[in-house]
Amino acid sequence: MKPKHRRLTFVVIGAGLLAAAAALILSASRDALVFFKTPSEIIAEPADDSRRLRIGGLVEEGSVERSDDAHVRFRVTDTVNAVAVTYIGVLPDLFREGQGVVAEGQMRDGVFVADQVLAKHDENYMPPEVADAVKASGQWRDATQKTTQETTGGVGVAR
Amino acid sequence: MIIEIGHFALVLALAMSVVQGTVPMLGARSGRDAWMRVGSTAALAQALLVIVAFGALMHAFVTSDFSVLNVAANSHSAKPMLYKIAGTWGNHEGSMLLWVLILALFGAALAAFGSSVPPTLKARALAVQAWIGVGFYLFILFTSNPFERLAPPAIDGNGLNPLLQDPGLAFHPPFLYLGYVGFSMAFSFAVAALIEGRVDAGWARWVRPWTLAAWTFLTIGIALGSWWAYYELGWGGWWFWDPVENASLMPWLAGTALLHSAIVVEKRDALKGWTIFLAIVAFALSLLGTFLVRSGVLTSVHAFATDPARGVFILALLVIIVGGAFALLAWRGPALERGGVFKPVSREGGLLLNNLILTTMAGSVLLGTLYPLILEAAGGAKVSVGPPFFNAIIVPLAVPLIAAMAIGPLLPWKRAALMPALGRVWWAGVAALAAAAAGWWAAGDAAPFALLGLALAAALVVATVAELAWRIRLFSASPGESLRRLAGLPRHAIGMTLAHAGLGIAIAGMSASGAWQQERIQVQAPGDAVIVGGYTFQFDGAEAVRGPNYQAVRGTFTVSRDGRAVVTLRPEKRSYPVEGQQTTEAAIETTFWGDLYAVIGDARGEAGQYVTRLYFNPLVAWMWAGVLVMVAGGTISLTDRRYRVGASLRRASPPVPETAAA
Repeated sequence: MKPKHRRLTFVVIGAGLLAAAAALILSASRDALVFFKTPSEIIAEPADDSRRLRIGGLVEEGSVERSDDAHVRFRVTDTVNAVAVTYIGVLPDLFREGQGVVAEGQMRDGVFVADQVLAKHDENYMPPEVADAVKASGQWRDATQKTTQETTGGVGVAR
Repeated sequence: MIIEIGHFALVLALAMSVVQGTVPMLGARSGRDAWMRVGSTAALAQALLVIVAFGALMHAFVTSDFSVLNVAANSHSAKPMLYKIAGTWGNHEGSMLLWVLILALFGAALAAFGSSVPPTLKARALAVQAWIGVGFYLFILFTSNPFERLAPPAIDGNGLNPLLQDPGLAFHPPFLYLGYVGFSMAFSFAVAALIEGRVDAGWARWVRPWTLAAWTFLTIGIALGSWWAYYELGWGGWWFWDPVENASLMPWLAGTALLHSAIVVEKRDALKGWTIFLAIVAFALSLLGTFLVRSGVLTSVHAFATDPARGVFILALLVIIVGGAFALLAWRGPALERGGVFKPVSREGGLLLNNLILTTMAGSVLLGTLYPLILEAAGGAKVSVGPPFFNAIIVPLAVPLIAAMAIGPLLPWKRAALMPALGRVWWAGVAALAAAAAGWWAAGDAAPFALLGLALAAALVVATVAELAWRIRLFSASPGESLRRLAGLPRHAIGMTLAHAGLGIAIAGMSASGAWQQERIQVQAPGDAVIVGGYTFQFDGAEAVRGPNYQAVRGTFTVSRDGRAVVTLRPEKRSYPVEGQQTTEAAIETTFWGDLYAVIGDARGEAGQYVTRLYFNPLVAWMWAGVLVMVAGGTISLTDRRYRVGASLRRASPPVPETAAA
């Protein structure tokens, strides 16, 4: 083999690997991509029940109900529309009424069954999607957006 | 006063790094020794100044000086001392100060110990290092000043996020930054080499210890973060493919590739342009990681409250630093590549395969992490990319990677045949089958990926140990002879054996805990028992307890197996009144075969019932043990004479005076 050909061999192997990776990406994309919807969008265009979704907004005041079988029910609102959510397990440490939340799961019979709940952990942090969801509903007020005072913090996830 | 001294020291450090960035660079160009030597002096002075600045901030935290805005916002007088100290870097401003401290310390280390590096290369590397510093000093001074005063002073502070008040997390950022910033040395050497227009075996040998040190620190940093998430967040998992986690994984993948390609440069004088490219990419991904964490552009489990101006500043730094380096590579790179042609089946062929796979992995993780941003910028839907994507890419790519790791070290350089190498490790194949069968039998569940993972892990460990055994003629020579050979082995060879075997052990842990985790969520009343993974968790009730700066509900679980008591677990749910937050403290009992893991949630009803989450996580301890073995490998390799920064060179391209071989 001439040197040029040998180098070509490596290029071909490399390109083959990349092509394989791209094929894997395409095949994985249906399950891997989780679309984000606001409560208004879910009500306007009900999604296919098999599809995984993320919904975001604020936890509606007075909507949190804890049942004796470890279920938690609450409503996520973008201040115009709200969607009922049910979740089993331990909520993130800073899940609170009136605070921003992102839930991941599937719609079942008009109720969002979440298997993962992200709530903001830091008073000043609002997941970008939640801020946009509230903005999109036209109800964005400065009161919702706290001034950026620097503290660190995480968003807690419960799954 | 001390705070003002710190602030002033930081401004002086900026001035010093401007000197360090210009004078040695001009000196190297015009061949003036005195100008080049300024680089070392300036690097040491700069490090001293940043130490003063960092010390001043730490002093403010330790003494709870609430006239400093940063301390008032992030500390509290009632906080334990460890977290007052860790609080110095437990906030944005302080963590950026830690970043420049480490950057300056790496520069000073090169200045102090790099006496065998050719003066022009050293001068240029220090100058490049200084310019990175200039960017970050400006960032701190203009957007994130930790020394800002608060008038009037606060009575007491806001406290540190309780989630961060944890020993694992106290030391996670310093190690992560030592890794991130450590790659700046490889970057500086790469850019310096591009300016010089020469890359040779000597260059690879000078750059390798820095890369190895950065890799070792980053490995520790990622593992600490993962360990913290495992026990503190209480979700029973240790990796979530979260953007912030990916941000630390990408430089690790690129850095691992760089470590291996530098070997090829050193031994075979090939892959030069590629190695330079990787050095730039590893640091670029470190900067990108900083940007992703600090800008809040992605929804993350571990996101921080952010100021958009800062994100833009870091992005600009990223574009200037990385764009400049790539432009330089495009301009000077073609002149570097010479020779560098070899057979696919050879040691270097294996290393190249390793490089291709690792960079493909890094590229895929990058794509998955940035995809939501790209799609949204293009006006598309809002999406998030979940674990299925990353698992679908990384798991299949890991299979040939691990196979190459098992076989590659057995192949000689230049030209090799596959069959004799395979013949030497045929029993690695037997071990693989045995491990898969054992996993199947123990779990009673044929999860295909987990069985494949166990098989590959066993093959990797056995082949790696077999390679070492073959080198020391174990069983074919007398035990004394073998021992003598073992003692005579170069440290980097032992390091490789440990790093590869460690990864094998860790993969076994990841595969088993990923596939066979058992989880039960329920409401338990005192006296109720739940069986998880063959263990009976009996809930004995909960009580209120007080900590130094928190109150907690502490549950008690008596865990038994086949009627015999195993352990008592006491998970807590803590409330921090100062910060107004709660944290979950999982109770974990680690055993050889798996972790017993209990979390207590909210109270339900009046009869002392609580929501509880119970897990059995198989082989989790193997993962941490594997990482420790990898870190030991990196550390031992670092002590190799050959890579010692002051060590003399056998074959130096420019005639270098034989300075004291340490």
